[in-house]
Order: sequence, then C-alpha cells, then structure tokens
Amino acid sequence: MDKMLNIALPKGRLGEKVYAMFAEAGFPCPQILENSRKLIFENPEAGVRYFWVKPSDVAIYVERGAADVGVAGKDILLEYRPEVYELLDMKCGACRMAVAAPKGYQDDRIRTLRVATKFTEIAKDYYASLGRDIELIHLNGSIELAPILGLSDVIVDIVETGTTLKENNLEVISTIVPITARLIANRASYKFRKREIMKLQEGLSALVSAE
Amino acid sequence: MTFDYSILDDTERITFALRELYLSRGYSRYKMSKFEEYDLYARHKDFLVSDAVITFTDTNGKLLALKPDVTLSIIKNNQDEPEGVRKLCYNENVYRVSKGTNSFKELMQMGLECMGAVDGACISEVLQLAAETLKVLSTSFVLEVSDLDILSAFTEDLTEDSAEMSGILRCIQEKNFHGLTELLEKNGTSREKTDALIAVLRTAGSPEEVLPKLETLCAGVPRAAEAVERLEEALGVFWGTPFLPSVEIDLSSAADMNYYNGVVFRGYIDGVPESVLSGGQYDVLMRKMGRKSGAIGFAVYLDLLERITLPEE
Repeated sequence: MDKMLNIALPKGRLGEKVYAMFAEAGFPCPQILENSRKLIFENPEAGVRYFWVKPSDVAIYVERGAADVGVAGKDILLEYRPEVYELLDMKCGACRMAVAAPKGYQDDRIRTLRVATKFTEIAKDYYASLGRDIELIHLNGSIELAPILGLSDVIVDIVETGTTLKENNLEVISTIVPITARLIANRASYKFRKREIMKLQEGLSALVSAE
Repeated sequence: MTFDYSILDDTERITFALRELYLSRGYSRYKMSKFEEYDLYARHKDFLVSDAVITFTDTNGKLLALKPDVTLSIIKNNQDEPEGVRKLCYNENVYRVSKGTNSFKELMQMGLECMGAVDGACISEVLQLAAETLKVLSTSFVLEVSDLDILSAFTEDLTEDSAEMSGILRCIQEKNFHGLTELLEKNGTSREKTDALIAVLRTAGSPEEVLPKLETLCAGVPRAAEAVERLEEALGVFWGTPFLPSVEIDLSSAADMNYYNGVVFRGYIDGVPESVLSGGQYDVLMRKMGRKSGAIGFAVYLDLLERITLPEE
C-alpha cells in the first residue's frame, strides 16, 4: 500500500515559498529544489511525495484524492467550491479579488452591466448579493483588455499591486474579497491519514503565527 | 437453479451481500416505481443532492420525474406506524446531475430506512448496520458520526439571516475555523461563544477520547449535554467490538438542519476520495411531510465503488 503523503503545490513563486514552509514543518524533500523537468519528487524518509501542478488545478487534485493535501488560493476555492477541508489560512500570496473599470467610469444602473472575468462564479455571487443584473463575459486571460476595447464595462479580477491596472488606465472601484493561500485536504484522506495531516497543519500553523 | 458465483461482477456481489445482511436483520425489501410526480421534488428541493430533475409529461398531462432520490418516495408511500418500527431496505437507480460532467447520470443506490418509534436501540442498530455495510466494502473504513442537536445548541442563536447561517455551516463542514472566526467576528458574536463552538468542533476523534471531552464542553448547555448523553448511548453498541477503532466522532460533519436532526453519519473507505455512505435521523423532514413518527436511514452510493478492489469472501 502506498503510504506516502501526496502533496500538490501550485507551480511558481508561491509554490516555492510554500514548499519552504512545508520543509520547515517537518516534510522536507530536497530534490525538489534541483532544477529539473521532473514532475514528481519523493522523499521516502519523510514519507512525502510532492508534485507541481497548475495553481488552478490544485483543488481538483485534492478533491479527487490524487493529492491528500495541497495549497490553493482562496480565489480558486470560491470559484470552484471543491468539497475539501480548508484547514489553514497560510497568510501568504496575498492579493484581492476586485472590480476594476476605466478611470472616471460612472456606473449607469439603468443598463445591464457587462462584466468580463475569468472568475464567473465569484462575479455572479457578488452581483447577485448586490441585486444587480449583469451580462457575464468569460475570458481566459488579458482581462484588462476588455473594458479598453469596449467589450465590457468592468472587469472582476485578481489585483496584487495594481500596476497592470494603472498602466492600462484602469482603477479598482471595489474590493470583493481579500485572497490568500489556503492549506486544503481531501476529506477521505483526512480520515485515513489524520496523524500526518494534523502534524503538517500544526507545523504550518506555528510557522504562520510566528511570522 | 445453481450457478457459479464467480460470474457475478463487483456491484452484483455487493448488492447481494448487503441485501442478505439487511434481510437477516429483519428489514423487508421495498421496490418502488421509477417515476414520481414532479411536485414531490419541487416541494422538497433542498433535500435533494442536486436540484436538477429529469421530467416528462405522462399521457394524462401530469408532470412526472425520474426519481432523483429514494427517501422522499418511501416517506410519501408509507403512513405513520402507530406502534413499532417499519424497517425497509431498497436497491434503486436514481437520476442525478454528477458534479464532474454537469450532465445526468444513472446511479445505483442501496440503503435502508426505519420509520416509527425510533428509539436509542434503533439508532444503535442502524449505526451498527452502517459499520457492517462498510466492512463489506473494505477492510479499511471510517464511520464518522456527528450529532446535529449538539451542533445546533451551539449555533442556533448565532444569526437570524439564512444566507449568513449557510456561510457559517459551510465553514463548519470545511473545518475552516479561521473563516468561521472571521464570519462570527463580523456579525458581532462574542469571543467566548465563538471559542466554545470551535472547541466543540475541534474535538474530533475516537469515541473513548471525544465523549468525555464533549461532556465537559457541553456541561453548561443543557440541550447539548442531553444530546451528548444520547450519542453516548447510541455509540454504546460499538463498545468492546472490533468496529470501535473505525468509529469516529466529528461534529464538523454537519447535514442540512432543515431536514436532519440528531445523529447523522458518513462512511469513508480507503481509496475512495469521498464518502460512500451517508445517513442520519430525519424527523424534521417527516414533520414537513405530515408524519408524526421519527425516522433514520442511510444510503450507499454503489457507483463510487467502481475503482476499488473488494475484500475477498
């Protein structure tokens, strides 16, 4: 029986930072730091197996049990609503989900608002809570382009520093929700690998509160 | 007629093994029609796992639906049992939207229901049958038991707003205690109340460990203390049996309190990423459907077992 703890990490800067925290919490796997094209890294002594996946896919790997635990942004959890345990706010990778529009934009409540976004569920929930009728335009990237070309009135997107918005003459008009990375776990794995997952959770929690 | 048992596929073997188990405990088979009037589901939409239903018009113009659920039909077709308990088991196909594909699927579901004067002994029996069912499916399983009466004693006066309440319940089910703290801080719940709730939710684990802790934590809340006592009595059936290490109390495993109450539970088996069995007491649903008696039952989702290897025997 495979008894290693499978951990899905988001590819990229956030994933590297998160790995360092996992290693410090007692789940090291040094070969992950070697620059290679490998996708899976194992450390049998520590009983862990890491793999890098696209950040938006982490929740799917965890929900379907291919990974026991993983780290995903709150944006992904709100958008896909996976049935997983959200065990810890890792307080890193901070940004916010926001509505942005061209500078000087005035909302006209008489017309249906056209909203371009990658996060259709979040946008839908947000405008439903305001009782606002919208037309959703789902885009996969370069969302900032939409209002400039008149494809949409506003966009709903992740804002980190706001530089991209500024350079394209856009500004945040309201913040929907602050976003950070979260430790998530598969519900069945949590039952069968409880000891390891609790150890990880407690280790990470100590690191997060020490910061 | 005799035949070689090896020709049975896994689903058939499970179906027969479970049917034998339920019949041997005095449950009688219940067979129902494939269709039901759509109205039944429209009235109890939130009880369904997914609210999409396949509908069609019957020759007389009535709107019918392919069953998305079995429990509602059983309640509808059975009158109150004035004395004793009516015990039924079933094996039915249901039609639901599967989350992954977002299209309708035919799923095989097996389960049992007890309706009537459901007492502690009856709850114990159903819990034991749930554990035995899981044992048929896998040598490594967990039966996660929760009690909504304990949970509701700590959550009932947190908010009047139903949207806020469902947010709170969602956090509870996700073990998202940081999110829960944030939500309750925002709505002005006192720190002590929040801490008391989270302390209760955090005491997950084996009954020997958790029950004494819960007794201490619930000492000041009479409704919760009573419920802990009842839960202890119900779980007594596992004491001194080989099932005990596989039973776990986890109060974060909540179900919809508009339908369920008291003891609720889920079953997990190693190798399947979601719960394969779920059930509990649903007196609240019985009231909504005009029945006076109590009820408890559970269902096993056989479609989730496709990818696992069954234990021998």
